[in-house]
Amino acid sequence: MSFKTHCLAAVAALALMCGAAQAQTLRYANQGELKSLDPYTVNETTTNAHLGHPYEGLTARGKDLKIEPALAEKWEISPDGLKWRFTLRKGVKFHDGSDFTADDVLFSAERVRATGSNFTTRIPTSAKFVKVDDHTVDVVLTAPNPILNAQWDTWYIMSKKWAEANNAVAPTPAAATTPSHASLNANGTGPYKIESHQPGVKTVFKFNENYWKKIEGNIKEIIFTPISSDATRVAALLSGEVDVIEPVPIQDIQRVNAAGNAQVLTGPELRTIFLGFDQTRDELLESSVKGKNPFKDVKVRQAFYQAIDIETIKSRVMRGLATPSPLMIAPELFPTAGFTRAKFDAEASKKLLAEAGYPNGFELGMDCPNDRYVNDGQICQAVVGMLARIGVKVSLNAQPKAQYFAKVLKPGGYKTSFYLLGWTPGTFDSHNVLYDILGCRDVAGSSRGESNLGNYCNKKVDELTDKILVESDTAKRNAMIGEAYKMTVDEFSYIPLHQQALAWGVSKKVKLAQRADNSVLLYYATKEQ
Amino acid sequence: MLAFVLRRLFQSLMVMLAVALIAFTMFRFVGDPVNQMVGVDTPQEQVAQLRQTLGLDEPVVVQFARYIYNAARLEFGVSYQFRLPVISLLGERAPATLELAFMSALFSLLVGIPMGVYTALRRDSWLAKIFQTVSLVGISLPTFLIGILLIYLFSVTLGWLPSFGRGEVVKIGNWWTTGLLTGSGWKALILPSITLGLFQMTLIMRLVRAEMLEVLRTDYIKFARARGLRTRAIHFGHALKNTLVPVITIAGLQLGSIIAFAIITETVFQWPGMGLLFLKAVQQVDIPIMAAYLMLISFLFVSINLIVDLLYALVDPRLRATIGAH
Repeated sequence: MSFKTHCLAAVAALALMCGAAQAQTLRYANQGELKSLDPYTVNETTTNAHLGHPYEGLTARGKDLKIEPALAEKWEISPDGLKWRFTLRKGVKFHDGSDFTADDVLFSAERVRATGSNFTTRIPTSAKFVKVDDHTVDVVLTAPNPILNAQWDTWYIMSKKWAEANNAVAPTPAAATTPSHASLNANGTGPYKIESHQPGVKTVFKFNENYWKKIEGNIKEIIFTPISSDATRVAALLSGEVDVIEPVPIQDIQRVNAAGNAQVLTGPELRTIFLGFDQTRDELLESSVKGKNPFKDVKVRQAFYQAIDIETIKSRVMRGLATPSPLMIAPELFPTAGFTRAKFDAEASKKLLAEAGYPNGFELGMDCPNDRYVNDGQICQAVVGMLARIGVKVSLNAQPKAQYFAKVLKPGGYKTSFYLLGWTPGTFDSHNVLYDILGCRDVAGSSRGESNLGNYCNKKVDELTDKILVESDTAKRNAMIGEAYKMTVDEFSYIPLHQQALAWGVSKKVKLAQRADNSVLLYYATKEQ
Repeated sequence: MLAFVLRRLFQSLMVMLAVALIAFTMFRFVGDPVNQMVGVDTPQEQVAQLRQTLGLDEPVVVQFARYIYNAARLEFGVSYQFRLPVISLLGERAPATLELAFMSALFSLLVGIPMGVYTALRRDSWLAKIFQTVSLVGISLPTFLIGILLIYLFSVTLGWLPSFGRGEVVKIGNWWTTGLLTGSGWKALILPSITLGLFQMTLIMRLVRAEMLEVLRTDYIKFARARGLRTRAIHFGHALKNTLVPVITIAGLQLGSIIAFAIITETVFQWPGMGLLFLKAVQQVDIPIMAAYLMLISFLFVSINLIVDLLYALVDPRLRATIGAH
């Protein structure tokens, strides 16, 4: 090697080092605001993802959503399934410099289940947390629960000392009358510290140099701004003022990709969009059929199902960014291989309706949100058109989510006959779908089926669901889940439509892993100079 | 005079009460705030408990009475979304809105008046015709469209100006933040100020033009010409001066509506002001913010009107006489 090439190599190495040492700032804009820094106040994907930068749970979920150790190094389940032993990571420090110990876990377990927390479902109320030593915690259960830690990646661990010193022992209740320290400040163990936080305006995150793990990305500073207007958010990305935006409206995807300095990352989301029927009232609230409820007849439900041309919805309404679904759960969360959608066949639908006693169809009211899911209002309009072809005249009531949910959910008295809804199981597990969406609503005092707005009910499914909750053998458990889904599919309990797609706008300078639960996690991000 | 002031004050108070009542009745139809505050899988007992804590299960009359009682003590409650006192949220956002409103008022005056004068003096020139046409655009295009067009031209295509936000702000004292002391702050102000001020500018331009044409026809201008004064002195020393009286009145009154209608401009430019806060509050059914904002805006209008009424009384002796006769 000559002297000259030596020199060149040295210069190149130096340049590389300089590039790596340069502080990288990433500017990120989301549609939604970061309202509170208290990790137990708002249980919503975007907020949880934001707070996943300063805070961490005992477990984490990787890019593929698999559960990984985080603040807990490992855990073991006793043979009877009633005791989980968590070994905590040693040498981890909170941002204020104090040590992370078992006391903090016990404190967080209390706080997350206290009044005012929106995350009480993270841990069963009967579960007891016992401190074995400073770095070992036992969780004692009254019944086996194989999915105990399924949502612990977003049960963030807070510092006991810090909370006590700052009068933040109670979770910031929704109805707080005084501002809480924890809603304006954060003290976690996570990879980023909160540098400044102006609620609803701007939040700056700084890299935590003492973080216990090496992060994948190279971002030293994150500046987060909410931009609610779609057009402005896209413009900010195209003009290079921000590096990452979420979401990109699907009608703008082509334009962003064509612009040259940014691209859209798309992928299937875990949320399933579906149509539901009121199957419980003896007469529908909004229908021309009097004295009986047509949806109690499985033939009518099948007729509706087969009248939906899912491919047209996919190509026209969703511009290709949807995955038609045979099940009420995404394929990433449960293998849907054995299931197929009932074929689109308007003629068969008409015949089924005639057999059920409605040769000329009937009139029906439909409820739909218009600002909750991707193109939700347009999906409903398409459905109305498709049902018109089999003689069902639907009058559509598409409203903003605030009014829509007030009408159709439990507090509103489930006032709907036919509706569109989306659901992501919070635990990423089928039990949640079987319990909340497919479970019978009829047991007073039970929370089963609270989001089963039309009260589809099959006692056999409920029995299986209860067994699924306590079954620890994965293969057996999956077989039972499959059996339960089969029953609900055969009865046309719902019309699953599709999993909508994620669309993140990312500058060409930035590399970022996209997680299917739509969490924008910037410790995965790498930005080049 | 004192009786008149008192009567006007009392009337203003009634107007504000009426606004509060109408607002409160409307809140029944914007949706359920509790649903926005909890997750989909929150147990229903907790939801019910929350509703009770917030007092949302009580009749509207009771809620309204409690609200008025608290508002009278300047307590506007805590935002449902942010869990922070509404008054500090509004206080934090007010400088942004006021600065924007002030800049767009300034823009509309500084550009509108010269344009109006020019179009009045050179009615047939091609530039005047262009001004007239442009002003039609300002009146007929909706604000959000103008904003987005400006963003696409100046931010995305040319890359000269930022498309959103306030740029860097400097804190003055405990409450005030200003973008006027940094370069990025000034740059960030340009597009939103033009968007918000365009309508007012058009209005002022047309007003000045009409008034100016009127004044130029009056006798004293003819006398001035007969005396052999220079055209410049006649136009600017005599005609314009007399034109400006109604312009100032209108501009003052319009300031209230600039602040109140900044909502759309603030949304398009993600301007962190009170209007944006209000719009998000409507989407999230954040009743404390909505109520406080509506009260604030009605207070603004009521006080502007009150001041104008009182000023008229001071300025116009005939009005004072009728007041005294009462």
